[in-house]
Amino acid sequence: MTTIADRPLEEQIAQWRTYLRRRQAVHGPDVEELEGHLRDQLAALTEAGLAADEAFLIAVKRMGSLDALSREFARAHSERLWKQLVVAPDADAPSKTSRTELLVVLSLAVAAGLAVKLPALFGLPLSPNQEVPPFYFRNASLFVFPLLTIYFLWKRESGVASGLWLALPFAAGAVFANVYPLRTGGDTERLTALHLPIALWLLAVGAAYVGGRWFASVRRMDFVRFSGELAIYYVLIALGGGVVTGFTFMMFSAIDMNPAWFVGGWLIPCGAAGAVIIGSWLVEAKQSVIENMAPVLTRLFTPLFTILLLAFLATMVWTGNPINVKREVLIGFDLLLAVVVGLVLYAASARDPHAPPDFFDGLQLLLVVSALVVDVVALAAIAGRISEFGFTPNRVAALGENLILLVNLAWTAWLYFHFMRHRGSFADLERWQIAYLPVYAVWAALVVVVFPPLFGYR
Amino acid sequence: MDMSKDLVAASATPLVLAILAEGDSYGYAIIKRVAELSGGHLQWTDGMLYPVLHRLERQGHVAAKWSASENGRRRKYYRITREGRAQLAAQRQQWKTVDGTLRGIWMQACTV
Repeated sequence: MTTIADRPLEEQIAQWRTYLRRRQAVHGPDVEELEGHLRDQLAALTEAGLAADEAFLIAVKRMGSLDALSREFARAHSERLWKQLVVAPDADAPSKTSRTELLVVLSLAVAAGLAVKLPALFGLPLSPNQEVPPFYFRNASLFVFPLLTIYFLWKRESGVASGLWLALPFAAGAVFANVYPLRTGGDTERLTALHLPIALWLLAVGAAYVGGRWFASVRRMDFVRFSGELAIYYVLIALGGGVVTGFTFMMFSAIDMNPAWFVGGWLIPCGAAGAVIIGSWLVEAKQSVIENMAPVLTRLFTPLFTILLLAFLATMVWTGNPINVKREVLIGFDLLLAVVVGLVLYAASARDPHAPPDFFDGLQLLLVVSALVVDVVALAAIAGRISEFGFTPNRVAALGENLILLVNLAWTAWLYFHFMRHRGSFADLERWQIAYLPVYAVWAALVVVVFPPLFGYR
Repeated sequence: MDMSKDLVAASATPLVLAILAEGDSYGYAIIKRVAELSGGHLQWTDGMLYPVLHRLERQGHVAAKWSASENGRRRKYYRITREGRAQLAAQRQQWKTVDGTLRGIWMQACTV
């Protein structure tokens, strides 16, 4: 029925339908009903002599604004907004039905749980009675991330070719984590265990998540959001898992059985692995529920961290106590900077880039600047320590990370300052954060690949 | 003539029920009938009719059914139920009272 001349109109209708579909309160059949109305109206208007695009404009205008419409729908169907909290099948999921997806997700989650138990077949058991073999620390990311990558490859319908490309980082990771003669319990082993997950998360899982469009900054920002939301979901699932664990112990102890072998050997490791897949699926399925969570947490903790940093600086100036550099202190200050970058990043991800600067932006600038000052002090202490006692893998890694985050924050502060004085736009700041992501990936990969041979695998 | 929003909203339920009492209908036809009956004075934002219809459906005053339309697309047809007719009668009584009261005072104003 659609002729070539009609095509722009059909496209316009399709676009309108897409906008309508995004409204949570308006369900699939409602969209169909409203679309039917729109088409009837269009037919009547064109019959009256209007051109197709004019008719479309008038018909859409008469339909009313989508905001008001979805508000009315929400009032007529107040239960719908609550249903969004439960995983209800989406009536018009594009090509995959949610049942297939559920099946894929469950299989992958079970596979992840079993993958953790696989090394036990080769004499590396996980059991509560003995120490966890270092094999598990080095390879932690290799149990779950490949399966998560498979999920996203499937979900984004990426081809086999991109799947094979993404197998490369995992293969490389497996080689570097296991072929290098890392000393058990040594610094370089610990560094590999910490950095391999970061590298693989950004390089492989991220690439699969964005569906090969690593260079589209919108998709990258989505990945940042996804990571934060997954973290929140994961914590929630872990809390639930803790309750299950507690009850398992309580109930089986009551009948004089000790469930420790099951809890320590199966429940916790398999559950921890499977929860990554399940959590990712929940984020994918219910993005909008938690989307409101990251910004809320950011708003809550930005003032708290600002106060903490200022209080710390004031105390240090008042008492004159120098920073006592130990290993934990090095890592602690890196983490502090990472948290500040995270606060900036998530505030940016939730902010309307076109809104003018407000009080909260001022607070963020203050946070960033005070973090910078604290970090310069810490950096000076670390540098002093290195010049006194020489280089160790830990110190160099901590110093490198510190510098990377420092550069990020310094430029962020500069962009923020510009933005506050109406000389730049907030979008610049967002772009900068997004553009900086590969730096973390490259550094993490460097630590895994270059550090062990550089420091003699100690 | 600009009708106040509240009045339009309040009259929506009895109007929709009364139109459906004439016979089964669907959204677009109901809107057209409203315009026809009011001589174009009662203008609804088209989309707003649907939440009203859905609310009536939940309250059991109307029943809905999807069936094919003459242009081949699916269309949702609405039918008034017995409860709907009772509701319509009750509303009619209320509107009559309002109308009668206003009429009384306006007649007085005319004669004085």
